[in-house]
Amino acid sequence: MKKNTIKVQPVQKATHRRQFLKLGGMGIVGAGLLVACSNDDNGGMMPNPEPEPDPEPNPDPDVVFDLGEGDLGVLNYAYALEQLEADFYTKVFNSFYGGITDEEKQVLTDLYYHEVNHRDFFKAAITAAVEGKADLMLPTLEFDYGDLDFGNREQVLTTASVLEDTGVAAYNGAGRLLVNPVYLTLAGKIVSVEARHASAIRTLLNPGSADFAGDDYVTVDTGLSQALKPSDIIAAVGATGFIATPFTANKLP
Amino acid sequence: MNIIKFLDGFTNESLSKDTSSRRDMFNTLGSFGKKAALSAIPFGLAAMPNKTFAQDMGNDPVAALQLALTLEYLEDEFYDLALQSGVLPTGRPETVYAQISKHEQAHVDFLRAGLEGAGATPVEKPTFDFTVGGMFDPFNDNGVGQETAYAQLLALAQAFEDTGVRAYKGQAGNLLGSPFLTPALQIHAVEAMHASEVRRLRGLKGWITNNERGAGMPEATQAVYNGEENVTQGGVDVTTLGDDAPFSMEASTEAYDEILTGEEAVAIASLFIVS
Repeated sequence: MKKNTIKVQPVQKATHRRQFLKLGGMGIVGAGLLVACSNDDNGGMMPNPEPEPDPEPNPDPDVVFDLGEGDLGVLNYAYALEQLEADFYTKVFNSFYGGITDEEKQVLTDLYYHEVNHRDFFKAAITAAVEGKADLMLPTLEFDYGDLDFGNREQVLTTASVLEDTGVAAYNGAGRLLVNPVYLTLAGKIVSVEARHASAIRTLLNPGSADFAGDDYVTVDTGLSQALKPSDIIAAVGATGFIATPFTANKLP
Repeated sequence: MNIIKFLDGFTNESLSKDTSSRRDMFNTLGSFGKKAALSAIPFGLAAMPNKTFAQDMGNDPVAALQLALTLEYLEDEFYDLALQSGVLPTGRPETVYAQISKHEQAHVDFLRAGLEGAGATPVEKPTFDFTVGGMFDPFNDNGVGQETAYAQLLALAQAFEDTGVRAYKGQAGNLLGSPFLTPALQIHAVEAMHASEVRRLRGLKGWITNNERGAGMPEATQAVYNGEENVTQGGVDVTTLGDDAPFSMEASTEAYDEILTGEEAVAIASLFIVS
């Protein structure tokens, strides 16, 4: 079986998937403009207004949340990724695809547990870190999976694989942005569990293979897994269209 | 440097207490980027400002990497011998061990090059005894039989990988602000991918529940799992974050891997080191 590659947008046709997250001008600091179309992103609940040709920076800078800088920025960044994973696996768990094996069910149930736990942990950690300034904490995000078919094993597992691989690369790349060693260790405690997930999902997709730590993800010469900076991760996640709530990461590399 | 001397030094933390030698290490690390770039060592990709080096008292990136190299020597030799032993069944076990072996070899080379690039002498490869004085016979050298030998090969691989994950994690703080941090994290995650697969090959979950070493693991490996039952993360008892299944003791311990201190990691590795 041909292995999926590490790119986001694994399974979709993107007809009504929008680029909610979008890289701003190249070369500027930060991950740029993650501005959603404010009206037409709620699943047809509202009539579609005139198409907005290109998302522009939100005219009201107070509306779009920025992840912030330093340790808090990284915590918010991780919180965003954990919110996505938790939401995805909650949907998977609430309605498993048909024909799921016991092994797959056990793995996906555990991943749902772990990611919800991670998400709520970050919420608690950030709540403590902002010391009452709730406007510095990333709000609860909304998600839109477009055409993704949660009833389709291949689509669910492939998306899970991309999310886990992406999570590992994100934490690997974000560690050096942290200043407080307590946060670094916490990130380390979580990233290795994400890597355990990534390995398990990869094996479910291609049993008996070397894909659990495949040459597509672990550089052969060095034995190093991927590390990506926040702007790259956010651009990739943004390209999926999964995150429907706009935010920016202008103060992270 | 002699391995035992190095490990003793690590255990006593004398390396990190010697401020003058630490300053020397910072100096060698300071020129690390240039040397690495010249010799095309991938460590050099992790460009970091040097100003943060002196920030954390007692951090010692070189000692942390020497410990990592010691653990990688252990894993590398183990998988080499496992692949040569004829004990591994063909198919998934052999495929898995070959892939892991490839990575451990790469980690040894990478860490040695990185240390040399930083002006440090890599610790010498120890002499290992994977029988632990006759307790095990993972390569069937002493005729314990294929089946038992294979079970021990799997058990030791699990113990080594889970140890590696925890040991790298325990050194992250010592690498904070150094150009070694990102590569160490990149290796750390690979060890976790290995650990998950080996555990699943043994019929376990890929993640660690409570402090359970798992079915079929020798009691001698319990030190690898002690402490994994922790549920307090950053001062928060994560089991109190919710009432439902994601916040059970089991899920809350699985969702976070714990560190091993340098001393704990050395104690585990020392079981297999003759000299």
